[in-house]
Amino acid sequence: MDLRFTPEEVAFREEVRTFIAENLPRETRERMRLGYRPKKQEIIDWMRILNRKGWAAFNWPQEYGGTGWSAIQRMIFLEENLAAPAPELLSFNITMIGPVLIQFGTQAQKDHFLPRAKNLDDWWCQGFSEPGAGSDLASLRTRAEKDGDHYVVNGQKIWTSTAHNADWCFCLVRTNPNAAKRQEGISFLLIDMKTPGVEVRPIISIDGSHHLNEVFFTDVRVPVENLVGEEHKGWSVAKYLLGNERTGIARLGSSKAAIRRSKEVAKEVRMKGRPLIEDQAFRTRVAQLEVDAKALEITQLRVVSAYAKAGGNKPDPVSSVLKVKGTELLQNSSELLMDVGGPQAMAVWQAELAAMANEPEIGPEWAPQMAPAYLMLRAASIYGGTNEIQKNILNKAVLGL
Amino acid sequence: MDFDLTEDQRLLTESVGRLLGDTYGFEQRKQLLKTPTGWSEALWAQYAELGLLGLPFSEDHGGFGGSAVDVMLLMQDFGKHLVLEPYLSTVVLGGTALRLAGSADQQDEILPGIAAGERRLAFAHYERQSRYDMTDVLTTARANAGGFVLEGAKATVLHGDSADTLIVSARTAGGRDDEAGLSLFLVDANTAGIARRGYTLRDGSRAAELSLSGVQVPREALLGQQDNALPIIRRVVEAGIAAGAAEVVGAMEAMQAMTLEYLKTRVQFGKAIGENQALQHRAAEMMIALEQGRSMAMLAAMMVDEPNDAERARNISMAKVGVGQAGRFVSQNAVQLHGGIGMTEEYAVGHYFRRVMVFEHLYGDTAYHLDLLADQVA
Repeated sequence: MDLRFTPEEVAFREEVRTFIAENLPRETRERMRLGYRPKKQEIIDWMRILNRKGWAAFNWPQEYGGTGWSAIQRMIFLEENLAAPAPELLSFNITMIGPVLIQFGTQAQKDHFLPRAKNLDDWWCQGFSEPGAGSDLASLRTRAEKDGDHYVVNGQKIWTSTAHNADWCFCLVRTNPNAAKRQEGISFLLIDMKTPGVEVRPIISIDGSHHLNEVFFTDVRVPVENLVGEEHKGWSVAKYLLGNERTGIARLGSSKAAIRRSKEVAKEVRMKGRPLIEDQAFRTRVAQLEVDAKALEITQLRVVSAYAKAGGNKPDPVSSVLKVKGTELLQNSSELLMDVGGPQAMAVWQAELAAMANEPEIGPEWAPQMAPAYLMLRAASIYGGTNEIQKNILNKAVLGL
Repeated sequence: MDFDLTEDQRLLTESVGRLLGDTYGFEQRKQLLKTPTGWSEALWAQYAELGLLGLPFSEDHGGFGGSAVDVMLLMQDFGKHLVLEPYLSTVVLGGTALRLAGSADQQDEILPGIAAGERRLAFAHYERQSRYDMTDVLTTARANAGGFVLEGAKATVLHGDSADTLIVSARTAGGRDDEAGLSLFLVDANTAGIARRGYTLRDGSRAAELSLSGVQVPREALLGQQDNALPIIRRVVEAGIAAGAAEVVGAMEAMQAMTLEYLKTRVQFGKAIGENQALQHRAAEMMIALEQGRSMAMLAAMMVDEPNDAERARNISMAKVGVGQAGRFVSQNAVQLHGGIGMTEEYAVGHYFRRVMVFEHLYGDTAYHLDLLADQVA
């Protein structure tokens, strides 16, 4: 047992950090540092910069244009990217559909979609959840009926993140409603969002942003060659996707960035006549979050290293620990940052709209995104399997209850 | 980065596990608690035979040349079995002081004796009024022709009742709370003027209060530099935190295992209580806390030999906070999920609970270390 990073790993971190510092567009970094989410084009630009470097498909095998990095290297890369802060790699493309096609796709699917996914020529979204199928995903009802060399899809998906940006959707659909078990009649389809009958309706979330959508399918014709894996066996594809490597699920770099930012702003605002950063109650809160972050960092290294040792193809249920603690920390650090902002963080201030009208800012430049980040991150313990579901997983898979 | 055990470490944990499995059953331990010293000389000799008492010492001193990670693994096993022998005070605290501050002569004289199981040390630093403040030392050492004369009193000296050699801190200069002016002395526990009052801590382990009245020690009793012992005292306390943190991890593992077993076997309302989701989630939260605590004990082991003082102290404080909070969460919930049986002296979970509770209140509690960390936020 050796708990230190190897010199090679330290050097790798330095290489990643330097590359990001030198190549991330300054305007993107500055907006993200103030808490703004990257624009669509900023995400595309950054993914293409990384792809030119050969790093976009950071978790794919080398034969498909991936990096061949170790699990520790992948973790370091993701952490540095988050901490920069740089736009996150589009997970739908890189950690979801890419590995799924590599595992289950036909040669034609791989040849066509993989290079486009890693260059973000296609923006993918995930059509899993439905109004009646949230945590209980297997109760999904969107129907796909075979008609010659097409499937005809009818139904509705919900909570579809970035569907309004998306070119393609990977979708779970029910191809056999009469199967003995609910999981047995589901198939995994790739749907072109431009197909007639696909309608995207925005859902505005409590942070005021348009990130989520409802997607309606009305007699949408999908060529049979867009089936991934075997017909009716989509559940195992979905399980592979959901259980696939969860390096980075803790999103620790993002929490660290928020803690760092809290300290920066706490030097500018005051408490009882002194800078807030000198207030012991505030400092204790920061210290607690830094302790939590440190514990999470080591737990993450342990999970990643065990995953690598196990051959890197079996999802480790202990990664549920990372999901729970990681999202708690994300929420707590965003809460701290908003509290530092205080009343200034409460104003609704949309920089883009104000810029068009040439209006002066309301409040300091650090304030506008504090509350939206806090509000949006309430979702962190809901998406990707709620934290309660994670605890169920731990009970079943680890504790045997 | 490598979390696997080496072959040596695997052998170490296997042999320790076997020995403790045979000798440290709950009933066997209860018998030990009733003996005058509160621990077993016979087992101490077996630890020596297995090489455990010299684990972190160099081979020149009859040791194993083991690392902080080796000590962590051993302490985890000790925690799992609630071992009562004076390992922490002798090998970890005493051994660290000697390794870091001892002259060649002092090391040659004492370390091989520890490794052979012939000598036992105690670290007599904290005092009644000092709580967790390391510089709050009122005991004095006045130089005279024969060396030094110690005057004062020491509190919470772990295993101070059975040690043959005491490492005593005292002021050779300065006043209460001054960082400078502290010195350490190696003192024969039977020196005239030392009165020891042994007592039992809440977890059944032993400690002593010392009073020092005109205790004459020779010049060579000085351990390390005169007036400049604080850096060594800090290192000794940090080593105690790292080792104790691992012990807490072992205790948490034991409590978690007992609780899971209980959840699966205790039947109420016609089903195992572990079928209730409220209790399942509590069990999952215990597991999460245990794993986070384990990570922090690893952090302590990783950092305890770090040469940069500020970096080391900061990480050890983080570990003390993390392990303290995890330990409290796991032990409180272990009792809660057991219900009434968890409250009884006859059942083991309460004994683990008290071991974790005692360690949390040694070397700075959670609030103390969190405050130290808060002081550094900038």
